[in-house]
Amino acid sequence: MAKLALTINGKSHAIEVDPETPLLWVLREWIGLTGTKYGCGVAQCGACTVHMDGVATRSCQIPAGSVGTAKIVTIEGLSPDGMSHPIQVAWLQHEVPQCGYCQSGQIMASAALLATKPQPTDADIADMVTNICRCGTYQRIKAAIHTAADLSVNANGKA
Amino acid sequence: MTQQLSRRFFLSASAAIGGGLSLGWSLPSAQAAETAAELGIWATIAPDDTVTIRIARSEMGQGTLTGLAQLVADELDADWRFVKAEYVSPEANLANKRAWGDMSTGGSRGIRASVEYVRKGGAVGRAMLIQAAAAKWGVPATECTTGLSVVAHTPTGRRLRYGEIAADAAKLPPPADVKVKTPAEWKLIGRGVKRLDTAEKLSGKLVYAIDVQLPDMLNAAITACPVFGGKLKSFDAAKIQSMPGVRHVVAVDDNAVAVVADKWYQAKMALAALPIVWDEGPNASIDSKQIAAHVATGLDAKDAGIGQQHGDFDAAFASAAKKIEAVYSSPFQHHATLEPMNCTAKFADGKVEVWVSSQNGDASLAAAAEAGGVKLADVKVHKHHLGGGFGRRGQQDPVKQAVQIAKQIPGKPIKLIWSREEDMAHGFYRPIAQAKMRAGLDAAGNVVALHGRLAAQSIAAYLAPARMVNGVDMIAFQGWTEEEFGYMAIPNLRLDDAIRNTHVPVGFWRGVNTNQNAVFMECFIDEVALAAGKDPVEFRRTLMAKNPRHLAVLNAVVERAGWGTPLPKGVFRGVAQNAGFGSYVAAVAEVSVTAKGEVTIHRIVAGTDCGYAVNPDQIAAQVEGSFVYGLSAMFSSEITIDKGRVVETNFDTYPVMKLAQMPKVETVLVPSGGFWGGVGEPTIAVAPPAVLNAIFAATGKRVRSLPLTHHDLSHA
Ligand code: FES
Ligand code: FES
Repeated sequence: MAKLALTINGKSHAIEVDPETPLLWVLREWIGLTGTKYGCGVAQCGACTVHMDGVATRSCQIPAGSVGTAKIVTIEGLSPDGMSHPIQVAWLQHEVPQCGYCQSGQIMASAALLATKPQPTDADIADMVTNICRCGTYQRIKAAIHTAADLSVNANGKA
Repeated sequence: MTQQLSRRFFLSASAAIGGGLSLGWSLPSAQAAETAAELGIWATIAPDDTVTIRIARSEMGQGTLTGLAQLVADELDADWRFVKAEYVSPEANLANKRAWGDMSTGGSRGIRASVEYVRKGGAVGRAMLIQAAAAKWGVPATECTTGLSVVAHTPTGRRLRYGEIAADAAKLPPPADVKVKTPAEWKLIGRGVKRLDTAEKLSGKLVYAIDVQLPDMLNAAITACPVFGGKLKSFDAAKIQSMPGVRHVVAVDDNAVAVVADKWYQAKMALAALPIVWDEGPNASIDSKQIAAHVATGLDAKDAGIGQQHGDFDAAFASAAKKIEAVYSSPFQHHATLEPMNCTAKFADGKVEVWVSSQNGDASLAAAAEAGGVKLADVKVHKHHLGGGFGRRGQQDPVKQAVQIAKQIPGKPIKLIWSREEDMAHGFYRPIAQAKMRAGLDAAGNVVALHGRLAAQSIAAYLAPARMVNGVDMIAFQGWTEEEFGYMAIPNLRLDDAIRNTHVPVGFWRGVNTNQNAVFMECFIDEVALAAGKDPVEFRRTLMAKNPRHLAVLNAVVERAGWGTPLPKGVFRGVAQNAGFGSYVAAVAEVSVTAKGEVTIHRIVAGTDCGYAVNPDQIAAQVEGSFVYGLSAMFSSEITIDKGRVVETNFDTYPVMKLAQMPKVETVLVPSGGFWGGVGEPTIAVAPPAVLNAIFAATGKRVRSLPLTHHDLSHA
């Protein structure tokens, strides 16, 4: 057992946990943030994707003890109201989710992509968004990322 | 009586799950439910005009929640901006003599099997609102009209919002007989209105069953004997008792053991360390090779159930100028819903409560009662949206297990989650199937005889013996006989099936048997067209002379796809058609294959005639999604058996399609009206054969067994 202080969505959380416990389960079971999903546990599906210092990271692969001072952002912390990040706006517009179970991960992966590549090509998207969606929402994910890129540009242009 | 009861059930259901949400999907707060007026059993209207529509089926991504709400809201003449939806609880349905009908959600029946009664439900509400307004104004009801949640008295221009009159309306007896609208009067049906359940899927706030958190809750990880049919012999709980968080180690049924801990991750780690002895039973030496050989004995077996026949195949084939034969095969497939199987259960004071994502709320309730040994009336079921269903969540095995565990630890809610590995190992797989296809041509290249022989495992025999008809599993012929077979003009036709069961559990998988049957039939028809020296589309048109609906969809698709027009160098087309789940579908795929054999699907034009199209945008979403599911099975995924158990353990060994492989899918709707066809499943069948036919066009290689990863598609 180890005492850890994790910074999640801008708040510090003190927990006592086996440091080998994957961040995914710490988020879901120790902190109570269930928006980050379990799909495979072996880095295949991306349902557990969070941002670690801004980088899209599969949290099932990150031992809690290794997080240190890295800033974690989960789907619950992506935008203040849960719907205003350009990715979320575009997702709503394109009606991307079907069952929705993979979507936290898809959104987090896509938001991280936009942060590094504000105008991604289809090839960038295919490279960076490798999360599994069993409902098959890929076509709309692709379209919505392009829409979100345009939204961001417009918003920045106005600012 | 109905209204009283249902009110009480809805209140308890909403209180238990809690959490008001924005935009359309919500469990109403107790207060809102208190003030909302019930108009019949399908809708309530609150003073602020909020219309809450009750949904008995399950939302698993297919959009049925929104589609059903559209049907009710249209008849109600409700303003869509005010519409929300909530689940009918299974216990309310039970207590009200199934007033809300069948809760089972599968077979693309969500809309087509409930359309009549839910529309009537909406019409009842509208009639009550008109009646109440007319009484208030002292005018004849016939002078009142409705629209956008307002009743208007046309002669005087007076208006009442639904929210203003709903309480009065609710006091009236629901009329027994109401007329539903004609298609010309529809305002919401046929419109691509926004889904009601999107917002909370973007914020991470939607609580799936796997996310349920309850006071005092413990978490369980489970493993059942990996060999199907095997039993649990013993386990050594002492070895893991001191591991972090571990509270209980319990046997579940006669074939599984579960570790219950404070956290699920702790339970999973402890389970992995638990020494377990299995009695693997008689199936422990079976492998995929043996299974394939066993299934193959059906290909030429004398004994086979007839799905459909006319004319005299044997005589016509014997005298045919040219004969074509081919054998096809298709492996077991897993559902692999992205939300692994799970269920939370609490057993206390002889009562059972479960929190579950289920395709059938009624069946979950019955399973919980049986496993808990309690009366049906002593079970409460909290329905959560499903993180994927695809047929798997019609089965209630996780519910039974969760209740069996909870019963051994009374008073505490127990959340049982299957690891992905457990989920892969204990599915109800899409059946293994082979087919021997034979066709005879006359000298002019006309098809004079066609025989499709299936040799396949039977879902009906395994899951629904009552659906066997004289030993024949009619489900096996889906796509060949379920709706009218598309090539009825063939004068001598026989479609039959030699059932070859295995020890592997099988079940309903999105599109069920239309998947492999369409590959067998549509790839073979391409082979026959080639032998006849004819264009695959022209060839099919001739065979479809007696099937105008099939033909119309095919024509719409080939026209949009520009069949016959030039394509970029290296890109080739393939076509396929099918009918199933009440709808007619066709597709044209554009594919290229590199010299090394790498396949790219550039575009698929997909057509569907589902009669009436309730929500065109959601139909397009279902087409796109079904293609990903179907093409995953075509490209790369399969379940194989060794030592009696499933070999694949996770998505690394059961690879599925990702965004990089996604073609551009264009949905063409050809709704011919007059019937309500399904949309979640029908189209899935045509993507793989259309792509395989295009691969043949590109490479000259005819793929007759799946998945594609077994084949070298390199070509000069
Ligand atoms: S749960 Fe982490 S990648 Fe699947
Ligand atoms: S929306 Fe269901 S898994 Fe992606």
